[in-house]
Amino acid sequence: MLEVKDVIKSFGKFMVIRGVSFDINQNEVVAMLGPNGAGKTTMVNLISGHLFPDEGQVLLAGKDISTSPPYQRIKAGIARNFQLTQLFEELSVLDNVRNCLFSVQGKLGRFFKPAAAYKEATEQALEILEVFNLAQFKDELGEGLSEGDKKILDTAMAFALKPDFLLLDEPTSGVATAEKFKVMDTIINAIQARGTATMIIEHDMDIVSDYAQRVMVLAEGEILADGVPVEVMESEAVQETLFGVKSDDAVRC
Amino acid sequence: MKNFLFTPRAAVYAGIFIVLLLLPKMINAYHLSLVETGLSLAIMALGLNLLLRYTGVLSFGIGAYFAAGAYAVGMLNMYWPEYYTFETAILASILVSAAVSALFGFVCVRHTRIFFSILTLALSMLLFAVLEKAYHITGGSDGIRIPIPTFFGHEFEGMRRFQFLTGPYYYILLGIFSASTLIMLAIVNSPFGKALQATRDNELRAEMIGVRVRRFRWYAFVIAGTFSGLSGGVWCFVSGHITPEICNWVFSGEVVYMVLLGGFMIFEGPIVGAMLFTYLRLYAVAATEYWMLIIGATLVILVLLLPGGVTGGLYDLIERFKPKGRAKAGAEVKHA
Amino acid sequence: MGLIYALNGLYFAAFLFLTSLGLSIILGVMGILNLAHGSLYAVGGFIAAFVIGLSAGSAAPLMILAAGGCAMLATAAVGFAMETTLLKPMYRRPLEYQLLMTFGILMLLEDGIKLIFGGESRYASAPFDAMGSVQIMGSTYPLYFLFVMLVAVAAGLFIWWLMVKTRLGIMLRAIEMDRDMAQAMGIPMRALTIVAFVLGASFAGLAGALVVPTTPAVLGMGMDVLIMAFIVVVIGGLGSLKGAFLGSLIVGLTRSFTVAYFAELEMPLLFLIAVIILIIKPEGLFGQK
Repeated sequence: MLEVKDVIKSFGKFMVIRGVSFDINQNEVVAMLGPNGAGKTTMVNLISGHLFPDEGQVLLAGKDISTSPPYQRIKAGIARNFQLTQLFEELSVLDNVRNCLFSVQGKLGRFFKPAAAYKEATEQALEILEVFNLAQFKDELGEGLSEGDKKILDTAMAFALKPDFLLLDEPTSGVATAEKFKVMDTIINAIQARGTATMIIEHDMDIVSDYAQRVMVLAEGEILADGVPVEVMESEAVQETLFGVKSDDAVRC
Repeated sequence: MKNFLFTPRAAVYAGIFIVLLLLPKMINAYHLSLVETGLSLAIMALGLNLLLRYTGVLSFGIGAYFAAGAYAVGMLNMYWPEYYTFETAILASILVSAAVSALFGFVCVRHTRIFFSILTLALSMLLFAVLEKAYHITGGSDGIRIPIPTFFGHEFEGMRRFQFLTGPYYYILLGIFSASTLIMLAIVNSPFGKALQATRDNELRAEMIGVRVRRFRWYAFVIAGTFSGLSGGVWCFVSGHITPEICNWVFSGEVVYMVLLGGFMIFEGPIVGAMLFTYLRLYAVAATEYWMLIIGATLVILVLLLPGGVTGGLYDLIERFKPKGRAKAGAEVKHA
Repeated sequence: MGLIYALNGLYFAAFLFLTSLGLSIILGVMGILNLAHGSLYAVGGFIAAFVIGLSAGSAAPLMILAAGGCAMLATAAVGFAMETTLLKPMYRRPLEYQLLMTFGILMLLEDGIKLIFGGESRYASAPFDAMGSVQIMGSTYPLYFLFVMLVAVAAGLFIWWLMVKTRLGIMLRAIEMDRDMAQAMGIPMRALTIVAFVLGASFAGLAGALVVPTTPAVLGMGMDVLIMAFIVVVIGGLGSLKGAFLGSLIVGLTRSFTVAYFAELEMPLLFLIAVIILIIKPEGLFGQK
């Protein structure tokens, strides 16, 4: 589905991504782990089109999209959420999601009929709000939601773009602990119904081990490990990078 | 659209439209010509507010496109008088202002916030300089006279200007104003309008759901410019004479004032503002040679005390008497 | 002839620099585009013309010192009054209110000048005449023009020294870089904002005072200067001292040479240069992204 080939990215003299390669298949949920500053968010930005790689390629379904602007990548089937929620604060919750559906349907440029008169987009938007438990807020402004609901709406918007490849940047940060697994269940169920490939960036190890089929560890701009969660987590190098401990005293975690 | 016909808003619109239709029977010619000025300027104010309220950028040079529209009419009469009719004049004003705003907009939409405002201001002064300096082409600071045109073959020969203005022209203008208002209302509620508001609220997210932010902002710029051009096109017949002053940034500043006076948070605010400003300015100029002092003072007071403008203030007042709507009124004040 | 045009260009650049310096400081530190800046320049001009009229007959340096000093004091006072009453509530407001407020102040100042000084032009060429001229490579050139260039360079050096070498300047730059951070560090925001605004306003007054010996003070004299200063700021980049300097030189020299050879192209050419620079470098020559 998504293939990243020898990607390099520098900011000024500082090389943040130092030749990263991986691929993610359809229906796969892959977690990307790594300490702060390892380049995870840069990686998300490179795939979503917010940044372009200096060298190397990003391919989606075999097509090179390394230099495509974001709107083309979205059309090609990539969507992302944001670690720090990014909403349309002065639009209604319904409009936030419906805008995404207009984007998928290629109707963003329609300028005569009122948005509310587009039945199909409106119904689908309401369905998505229903799935994410936001339906009762549909007429509230984005800024009126609680922090947790904002985060969920942020993810719902990415999902509304009907992606083939979904990037989730810490989808449960800011969500109440009791809600975290419910939110993840919702997302993962919705994703799997569509066969979407997913890359998820997450610090919460419980979530990673529950939902990810594969784990990649990014450290100092390079892939340190890539494999099944249990095996990767047991590797000594990974333990040291992620938790700053040698495996001897890993018991404490 | 079908739903719109049965809302209270539609009823209010219909009521106001009927009053406007009967207006020539109710007020004298002098006041009617003022209403005509207000209606013409309202079209521009709606255009400006598409940028300010719905796209989130403040143009301080909207007068450039107003001037482009007005000069298109004036120069059509100067150079191709055989084609000078109302229809061709309006068509020319729309096309020329769209072209100018497309060109200027291309440079401006790469920026937002203060830089956008400075650039729009500077570019309008560029056009101002051209209009003023190219004396033999544009008439320089003397300006151009705008004669009474024919209207779909109908001649108004022998009619005095005020007879034309207070008679047939009022209804033509009212028609164009109503159509413009409905078109703008449709635009701001359409998917395109919602996408613009998305770019206003969060440019990054808009880009990441697939909105081509700069391009959409450019479209909004051209629509706003074209509305201003149309406004200039219909206004120049009312004034009968145009000078480069309509392209000066001070005039653009007055248009921004109009929009805030009426209240830019509410769709109809700019229309109210254009009407009020026309009267305010006229009375100030008639009352004293220090009219700028009066306009300036009202502006300062408005900004300090009534940031929601007249319609925003009324809205809050109404909400205050509706116990349930209290929270909402608060929200309105916060944006304003 | 080329030399004279170049000197005229530098002379014009000197005014632009003095004016855009103030505009740039206010923009950088306060984040407010002061549309009334040109009117402050006009206030300086009228005050200076008035003072020169009073002190007619005294020595040129004395006249200039008195006129410049009074103009700066007056515009500093007007600036202080503006900032503390009308602009203070604007910092938390969106851009449109800030711009409209300074636009309203512009109208008040323009008509205020008319009310106080009347509508007539005020001539005050005494210092210019008294200073005479010098020979430069075979051409006669007014000494006054060279003096103005010197003042502009001195002003530029003063601001540079203030911003780079003093505690005050370091705090001002901290505000420019990150308002919230500066606040958190305990920098006295309120006092420094006033200082920046009064400083910017008094520079506009100084520029106005220096112009009246060569061109009479007239109503609306600040409008053209304001637009030119905008072009300087757009070319140079928002809030950059280097940018204001280089931008003034570009605009001043371009203007001087086009006026000499194709007068009608003056403004269009300036705008064209500005647009080309913006397309190549959208944030201006020295602007931060």
